[in-house]
Amino acid sequence: MTAVVDPAATNRSSTSADKSRLRPSDVIRVAVGGLRARKLRAALSVLGISIGIASLVGVLGLSESSKSDLLDQLDVLGTNLLTVTPGEGFGVGDSTLPDTAVVMVRRLPTVEAVTAVAELSSGVYRNDLIPETETGALTVLAAESGLLDTLGGSMAQGRSLDAHADDYPVAVLGSVAAERLGIEDLGQPQLVYVGSRPVEVVGVMVPLPLAEDINRSVVVPRAAADAYLQDDLETTSMYLRTTEGAVLATRDILPATVDPQNPEEVEVTRPSDVLEAQAAAEGAFTSLFLGLGLVALVVGGIGIANVMVMGVIERRGEIGLRRSIGATRRHIRLQFLTESLVLGVIGGVLGVSLGAAVTAGYSAVEGWRIIVPLAAVVGGFVAAVAIGAVAGLYPAVRASRLAPN
Amino acid sequence: MNALELRGVVKSYAGAPPVYALAGVDLAIGHGEMVAVVGPSGSGKSTMLNMMGTLDRPTEGSVLVDGLDTTDLDDDALTAVRGRRIGFVFQRFFLLAGVTTVDNVANGLLYTGRPLAERRAAAVRTLERVGLGHRLTHRPNELSGGETQRVAVARALVHEPAVLLADEPTGNLDSQSTAAVMGLFHELHAAGTTIVVITHDLTMAERLPRRVRVLDGRIEADSAVAG
Ligand SMILES: Nc1ncnc2c1ncn2[C@@H]1O[C@H](COP(=O)(O)OP(=O)(O)OP(=O)(O)O)[C@@H](O)[C@H]1O
Ligand SMILES: [Mg+2]
Repeated sequence: MTAVVDPAATNRSSTSADKSRLRPSDVIRVAVGGLRARKLRAALSVLGISIGIASLVGVLGLSESSKSDLLDQLDVLGTNLLTVTPGEGFGVGDSTLPDTAVVMVRRLPTVEAVTAVAELSSGVYRNDLIPETETGALTVLAAESGLLDTLGGSMAQGRSLDAHADDYPVAVLGSVAAERLGIEDLGQPQLVYVGSRPVEVVGVMVPLPLAEDINRSVVVPRAAADAYLQDDLETTSMYLRTTEGAVLATRDILPATVDPQNPEEVEVTRPSDVLEAQAAAEGAFTSLFLGLGLVALVVGGIGIANVMVMGVIERRGEIGLRRSIGATRRHIRLQFLTESLVLGVIGGVLGVSLGAAVTAGYSAVEGWRIIVPLAAVVGGFVAAVAIGAVAGLYPAVRASRLAPN
Repeated sequence: MNALELRGVVKSYAGAPPVYALAGVDLAIGHGEMVAVVGPSGSGKSTMLNMMGTLDRPTEGSVLVDGLDTTDLDDDALTAVRGRRIGFVFQRFFLLAGVTTVDNVANGLLYTGRPLAERRAAAVRTLERVGLGHRLTHRPNELSGGETQRVAVARALVHEPAVLLADEPTGNLDSQSTAAVMGLFHELHAAGTTIVVITHDLTMAERLPRRVRVLDGRIEADSAVAG
């Protein structure tokens, strides 16, 4: 047989020049082409991962937004309000504060304002036909006119108490009290009965987040109450504002100031602590959802891995063909890994956008400030890409080891 | 020096008992030869072709391409030999769906690292050579079976390999398309390309210069040796 001279045979030694190479642009082209050939599956695995990322970003965004709402509220209300009440419990005091308390407290240099409140023994009723026991869990408080200022509250309707004008009993209602008594509109003169005595309602307060007790009360001027409603009024609690930064120090010396004989019978609380605890609790709640988001993400990752592994088996022929046209095992690995990374990138972008959109939408409905933390955006995207990489690794190695045919 | 040579090639797959797809094959194919490989299903034809094309490694024995022993080459070097010297055509065409004829053929040069424009230009030249110059922008689903296989052949030829290995290239084609593909192979043969074709079609095999018959992983008959 005659051997035909083959020109290609002469440069056989130049192996390195003929080494298989794949341009970076072709790496992307091949990966995108591979995904486009399996659009539905690619879409489903992107969906899985983007739901996981969206829930992470959404949870982080919503918790930040809602927390910022609480903290904004705290900013307005201030954290320097303290309440002083007689200690409750067995064998402790007589549920009133000493007569000297207000004077003593007012002398403290760190106290900006203080208002004493005395609880009346009678209930409040809409009319004089209601039995005395049905108080609707409302209390009647006698207060000095500075109460509203000390609490940082404001009026929803009508006016607040005026020490000089109100020498006759009139009432200002807390928000809950107004609701329970069925008083909606002060356009008509409205009466409530303190005990059996009719009292005119002159105002309704807006809800006070830092003073739930006041919300459930009917407040009357102290001097008038003393004169007309009950003659043995004793201070049952005090509300006070301290100077900024002196809250804790003031809190510590208050019991001895209020009742030098029995400081342990005085209880001092800081209502803003409750709101702060609420903000912290939202954080704890967040961890739970964050955990769920992570689970969704892992499931999404397994979805990608599943699609890729199935793809490897199905695409045996394609892999053999690529090997036959000069793809090295590395090229095959790279192709599968890139496909999976592209899924991760798309899933990340969609997930982050979706999470941000959910945060924005929900915050808008709730009237919160919209906060999508940068860490959540970057973290979510990085997590998606990392999951793409991890999920693609095993299938890629498997594909590259596959025998042809 | 031979274009391809198998020396004592054994390919076995683990199992109980192990499967011997090739049970000791010695075969030399010279430059410019055109060989038909025939034999019953499962006899080891595809395995042998994959060995020749370095797509798979033998369990025992060695494979020489242009006199170069490939036994100790790593995957990169082996792929370089394959990519440079050998073109494959399969029974299933493996064209990328939704991709034009030109780009499917240009894919034959994907792993050479040459720029896309250059790859496309070479693809157009090759398509004209196989008589498909008028089907450049068609997609696989717009081509006949014979045309599809000629696109696959063009892809195998686009890097101008010295050796063309075809595994039942006409297995899916009607007689007219088969004739077109085989006509193309004869032309390539005339131009100096070494060609090995696996086929079930005995009349087609009869028309080729050399026939190798495989049975149970061995060469049962070789027209070049028998006479
Ligand atoms: N990966 C594998 N694992 C185990 N056995 C295999 C594997 N690949 C091939 N075989 C076996 O090797 C033998 C030869 O297979 P081969 O594909 O070479 O046959 P063939 O002659 O090409 O058959 P056909 O004409 O049907 O294509 C068969 O018995 C087959 O079952
Ligand atoms: Mg076969």
